[in-house]
Amino acid sequence: MATENTLLDVANLSIQFPTRRGIIDAARDININLQPGEVLGLVGESGAGKSTIGNAIVNLLEKPGRISNGSIKFQGQELRELDDDAMRKVRGDRIGMIFQDPQTSLNPLLRIGEQLTETIKKSLAVSDKEAHERALDLLVAVGITQPEARLKAYPHQFSGGMRQRVVIALALAGEPELIIADEPTTALDVSIQAQILDLIKDLCKTRNLGVIIVTHDIGVIANIADRVAVMYRGAIVETGPVNQILNSPQHPYTTSLIAAVPPTDRKLHRFNSVDYIDGSDSSNEAKRIDVSTHWLGEQNDLKSPDGVAVSVNNLKLSFVLQNAIFKRNRKTLQAVDDVSFSIADGETFGLVGESGSGKSTVARLIVGLHKPQSGQIRVMGNEVELHKQDEKSLAARRALQMIFQDPYSSLNGRLKVLDIVAEPIRFFKMASSEKQTRSIVQDLLDHVGLGAAAAMRYPHEFSGGQRQRISIARALASRPRILICDEPTSALDVSIQAQILNLLKDLQEELGLTMLFISHDLPVVRQMCDKVAVMRSGAICEIAETETLFESPQHEYTKHLLELMPKM
Amino acid sequence: MIAAFITIACVLATMLAPWIAPFNPFDPTQISLWDGKLPPSWIEGGQAQYILGTDNQGRDMLSTILYGGRLSIIVGIAAVCLGMALGVILGVISGYFGGAVDAIIMRIADIQLTIPGILLAILINGIGRTLLPLEMREDFAIYVVIFAIGLTDWPQFARVTRGATLVESQKEYVQAARVIGLPRWLIIVRHILPNVMRPVLVIATIGLALAIISEATLSFLGQGIPPTTPSLGTLIRVGNEYLFSGLWWITLFPAAALVVLVFAVNLLGDWMRDALNPKLR
Repeated sequence: MATENTLLDVANLSIQFPTRRGIIDAARDININLQPGEVLGLVGESGAGKSTIGNAIVNLLEKPGRISNGSIKFQGQELRELDDDAMRKVRGDRIGMIFQDPQTSLNPLLRIGEQLTETIKKSLAVSDKEAHERALDLLVAVGITQPEARLKAYPHQFSGGMRQRVVIALALAGEPELIIADEPTTALDVSIQAQILDLIKDLCKTRNLGVIIVTHDIGVIANIADRVAVMYRGAIVETGPVNQILNSPQHPYTTSLIAAVPPTDRKLHRFNSVDYIDGSDSSNEAKRIDVSTHWLGEQNDLKSPDGVAVSVNNLKLSFVLQNAIFKRNRKTLQAVDDVSFSIADGETFGLVGESGSGKSTVARLIVGLHKPQSGQIRVMGNEVELHKQDEKSLAARRALQMIFQDPYSSLNGRLKVLDIVAEPIRFFKMASSEKQTRSIVQDLLDHVGLGAAAAMRYPHEFSGGQRQRISIARALASRPRILICDEPTSALDVSIQAQILNLLKDLQEELGLTMLFISHDLPVVRQMCDKVAVMRSGAICEIAETETLFESPQHEYTKHLLELMPKM
Repeated sequence: MIAAFITIACVLATMLAPWIAPFNPFDPTQISLWDGKLPPSWIEGGQAQYILGTDNQGRDMLSTILYGGRLSIIVGIAAVCLGMALGVILGVISGYFGGAVDAIIMRIADIQLTIPGILLAILINGIGRTLLPLEMREDFAIYVVIFAIGLTDWPQFARVTRGATLVESQKEYVQAARVIGLPRWLIIVRHILPNVMRPVLVIATIGLALAIISEATLSFLGQGIPPTTPSLGTLIRVGNEYLFSGLWWITLFPAAALVVLVFAVNLLGDWMRDALNPKLR
């Protein structure tokens, strides 16, 4: 398909990482090409090698990675033949890069204007005055209002979305012909994600740029890309126009990847998992158990008198941003503002909202990690103060467990999995002997789909999804009645997300657990929850049954959020 | 590899001093004042059995250095352990509880850091000695020195531990432990301490080298170990008095030994840092 005006032509590209244990093929036999004015989506799960390709094109491969074969032709010129100096010029002037995290890709000590004009002067060799003019134009082009004032601002004075706009302006500064965007919207909220994607698409068309967008999110691809290349374990399994890939995928991996994205418009019983996994055993499916005889089913008589598992009344908490001796000088942030809701026994209650809306803080208040300034929390009909260590609070604690967002920091790396999972059992003296503890832990690990052998290993030997399973096993080990899940899958790939969510659903059904499910991901919430509350800046906007909320939202903000849901 | 070999040889040699040294400097029957101030064996006037010569009291230099190095290492390790124990305990308390406790502990540490370490060690050492009855001063001098050095270097440990504790206690595994309902001391012992020990051990190795130097300095100034018990510092001091009368070996060899020893300890620290990392195992 390579024609005369092909912008980028990558042929038979292979990248290898030599390690102590042998050579790892990060990319094999990659063929992609790009025309001016075209957006190419490179999609795949973590570890698929998609970022590696982006880095290889601009010769920014991490050591000891190297290109072992193939060619990268940019406007007919072979990039592999260029020396470091020439490559640096190409990188600044003709290929622009946009990185994932706008927090770290700008120098916090320089004003936006200095960063922009410096880049413009370096690559275009123009006068100070003209560079300033161009910087203004760029800010206007990326949709920043009051550009004159904004040029004098520092990066921390911008919000996340604005900062990503500045990063895009920087990438455009050298008037490049090609832009490589590596997960440009992953760190942003949904509403801002849509704006940034529109901006990139718009710039691509008006300036006739070629754009390569690297992402794990099929929704992003559906929104922006003209053509898609699907990557799986270092190889491209399928390339084609976006409509064809999304509607009639040819390769089984593409099919299951698309199916694993939870649908936004209807409710399924279970999540579709990515079942195309070659070279690994698919015995990940958890074993079913009989609750009436199983250890987990014992003492399940902890029932609440009125059928309400958790109820929260007029909860308030504000954080001090800037402390001062006099009250009027203090700056505070109302993190949770008069929140009230109740969760019935055995119900899954969803709490959705964008980052900073206070949804995680509510969860942390309920489990006692924060102390509310006012308001009551009732667990199983008892008013409890969970930050205390008395007997009543401990009993409530046992009934209430939490699953955290980041599986990489939620497990103590110095302890064996056995000790991590056994901690609640030992602490609450729920087993009569060490031998029984061991067998309970092995049984739990088996039950969450890890296998009993995992007990003797350390957390760093496991992948993110497996770690989240360990985390679930630990939460189950105190035989809780209520499980609080704070974004349990947002750090995981789509395929793993489906497995973990299915596991949670199964456990809930078997054990009759009550669940508070916190997420920013509306499609997931629709699949998981019976009832949903929408939060915005610390307050609840709307509480409704899930289907009612999705079909006929009442509050303006809910409507706004639903509109932003990526549609496929 | 070569570095590791030198380190191990160095440490082993000093630790095994009683078995490998040709003479015992503590045994009066092996010391003869007639053999005093002899030059190294390869210089005219030297005797073959005293390879590096003898000091003013007729003690074999090589043996004395080995015994002295041993004493320096023991004093260093003991002092660092004391300082580390104190610093880690105070640092964890400071970092985990915060508030007034934190403010008080860290201000004490700040105040102590404004006073030069060696000055403080001399002060503590002096007070410690005067508190002891006269007849016990000689025997307990070593413990007083350990105490003095240990008390001077706890603030570094407290600061590093506090910082690491602040980072670790924000992590979700600590919060998970709090959700389970574990009491605070158990969270500190089981979850926080094992995870903050890595940076602490790194400064402990630097601290060990510094403690050896501190001990040598104290002894050199006549404030530490009495001259009857040879340590590297006392040897250098004794040699210093004879330096201008041409008896250079009494000072040079202990000083060289001190340099090699400190260097070796630092190498050992580097190696230990990697060996203790569970992810590299």
